[in-house]
Amino acid sequence: MKAVAWLKENLFNGWFNSLLTLVTGWLLFVVTKGVLVWAFEEGRWSVVPENMRLLMTGSYPPEQVWRLWTVVAIILFSGGLQYAVRAQGRPPWWMWAGVLVAFAVSFPVVFPATRFFLLVAMLSLPVGIVVGANVSRRWVDWAALLALVAVFLLLWGNTDRLGGFAFTLMLTVLASVFAFPLGLLLALGRTGKWPVFRTLSILYIELIRGVPLITVLFLSYYMVPLFLPASWEVPTLFSIVVGFSMFAAAYLAEYVRGGIQGVHKGQYEAAWALGLSGSQSARYIILPQAIRSVIPALIGQLIAIFKDTSLVYILGLFDLLFMAITVARNPKYLGTEREVLLFIAFVYFVGAALMSYASRRLERAMGLGSR
Amino acid sequence: MTKAVPFWKDERKLAILFQAILLAAVVVVLLFLGYMASTNMAARNLKFSFGFLSEPADFQIYEGYTVAKEQGRWILRLYHPSDQVWQAMVTGFLNTLRVSFLGIVLTTVLGVLVGIGRLSSNWLVNRLSFAFVELIRNTPLLVQMVFWYLAVFLLLPPLRTAPRFHGLIVSNKGVLIPWPVPDASWATFAPYFYGGLGLWILFIVIRPFWKPPRWLYWLAPTALWGLGLILVGSLPLEWSVPQVQGFRVEGGMQLSPEFSSVLLALVLYTASYIAEIVRGAIQSLPKGQWEAPASLGLSYAQTLRLIILPQAMRIVIPPLGNQYLNLTKNSSLAIAIAFPEIMSVYETTVNQAGHSIEGILIVMAAYLSLSLFISALINWYNVKVALVGVAR
Repeated sequence: MKAVAWLKENLFNGWFNSLLTLVTGWLLFVVTKGVLVWAFEEGRWSVVPENMRLLMTGSYPPEQVWRLWTVVAIILFSGGLQYAVRAQGRPPWWMWAGVLVAFAVSFPVVFPATRFFLLVAMLSLPVGIVVGANVSRRWVDWAALLALVAVFLLLWGNTDRLGGFAFTLMLTVLASVFAFPLGLLLALGRTGKWPVFRTLSILYIELIRGVPLITVLFLSYYMVPLFLPASWEVPTLFSIVVGFSMFAAAYLAEYVRGGIQGVHKGQYEAAWALGLSGSQSARYIILPQAIRSVIPALIGQLIAIFKDTSLVYILGLFDLLFMAITVARNPKYLGTEREVLLFIAFVYFVGAALMSYASRRLERAMGLGSR
Repeated sequence: MTKAVPFWKDERKLAILFQAILLAAVVVVLLFLGYMASTNMAARNLKFSFGFLSEPADFQIYEGYTVAKEQGRWILRLYHPSDQVWQAMVTGFLNTLRVSFLGIVLTTVLGVLVGIGRLSSNWLVNRLSFAFVELIRNTPLLVQMVFWYLAVFLLLPPLRTAPRFHGLIVSNKGVLIPWPVPDASWATFAPYFYGGLGLWILFIVIRPFWKPPRWLYWLAPTALWGLGLILVGSLPLEWSVPQVQGFRVEGGMQLSPEFSSVLLALVLYTASYIAEIVRGAIQSLPKGQWEAPASLGLSYAQTLRLIILPQAMRIVIPPLGNQYLNLTKNSSLAIAIAFPEIMSVYETTVNQAGHSIEGILIVMAAYLSLSLFISALINWYNVKVALVGVAR
């Protein structure tokens, strides 16, 4: 009876909603049926596991793949630590369940050694959260620094062989790491009172925001090698990271500017009354509050960078999308565009959804909007 | 006796000093980069010049119009490989405009519908809208675009076996839609049509000086059009239905697979963002705005149409304009599937004639002016609908 009442309340209250339910329900049924029939009867899903190594790491030497797994584990672990400290959360049940499911699903399709790495990497996120909840904040910050160094050392030397999802991740991290300081600088310039600095920042931000990312990437792709001595062999990755960071910095600057302008005027006046200099009040009073209030937007920008890395496919770099299309063009797997593209869309979705989940939790934990 | 403050402790002087250093540093860096670039380009026998724009393009663009001077008049006509490079660029730009304009119109409709759906009391619609937004927002636009192109439109059945519904054909050659086109009697009707349109525009233009009564807006053009229709005796339009002749298609509105994929991807992607904006705006309205119309006896649809949406619209406009800008800029991703908008035309030009840097500067200038134009339009509209006397 409860079910009937629920149906009546939520699906059939009034003639309009009943009609809406019927029409959408029918549409949903038709589409789902078509998709399911295709997925289970026609889809050649074997293309995904058979090319998993290519999609995930490109042409990275197989005997070196442990480096990538360690990097993933380290990133997830320190991500978990950060999350635990900042959002004061516990790992939700579905994270443990996700580890189990991913492990079970991947069991038949990956190499035995990979299975072990996969389990370790997947466990490192919830374990990181549990550990992070029990150690002090200073430890976590040191761990983050240590993790950065470790990742750098692990990837050193083989970066030109990196491809697929590993490349996508590396590009995301590199672009965000370089974009953030530049964005901060631009935001300070734009909100500051030095007219020259302000004009330059505004000019830069508005110019970059007015053009598409791909044009910036093309420009840096062609221009950066020209700016450096001709004898230097400039890796394409370097040029691309420069373009990406320059682009993302303009957007980051606007978010941070929003945060800075949202800081109450009294905070400036109090800092001033205490005799703090401009740089001191920015560093100790304004920026901590400004950045706290824009963390969700910053994570949104991180997600945007993560998604936008797919654009390097156009420039012929071996990212996840490039690898997917390469696989689908392989004569052995002709006509599997749907399977491969759906798979990589799923990979992107999981990455982006995890980040936005963390952002929502962070928002709640920091009491944004309710303080 | 007061001692003069030494200049390294005087904040005003320090500020001037720092800014001078900053400016000098920027100028030095730019000069250095320019010097490096020019020497490197000289070493590679590259020349920075825009002369290539007036060379013949010598490549095919499968859809799109360009401007050309024929018999002393500038006209709009289909692009031809013997045209010059700048005309190819114009074709690309017009294609960008076409896909962006259509995309903006369609995505607004879809986005508002999904945004309202996110707040619907109907559980199914509510959850479905949520799933749509989350799925689309969390996957890259480029992946979606490539998916629609490679995995949907190109895998559709060929023309011969494609399903048909009342003249509409969806095949791997694109989407073919029956479309009304002017028939023989259009020539007689045209003066009335353009006259009515001109009158309407005139009324809008002269509004700052003389505000015509509301009914005149509608009456004047419709009266002229009606007069024209009566004189012609019938509707001066006929249905042009796509006809398949072997491998070719005649008539109707023909949307190429490239155009359809770009449009679909842009519309769906931007709509998911617009939906969130609309939802946020509606939720930000005070609860009383729902309760008051309910107590007045307005229905849900009336409340939405007369009370909620007009107020939400005002909040929505700035972020909505941002999304329009994003859509326009994102149309550059069409380069990945070779829809000939300005970015892909640029790539073809570079492959043919080089001049990659000059070309990308032109493309950037085109996008920048388009962005400025759209944001100026949005600002103008925003000022127009802003509440009077409320600080923005």
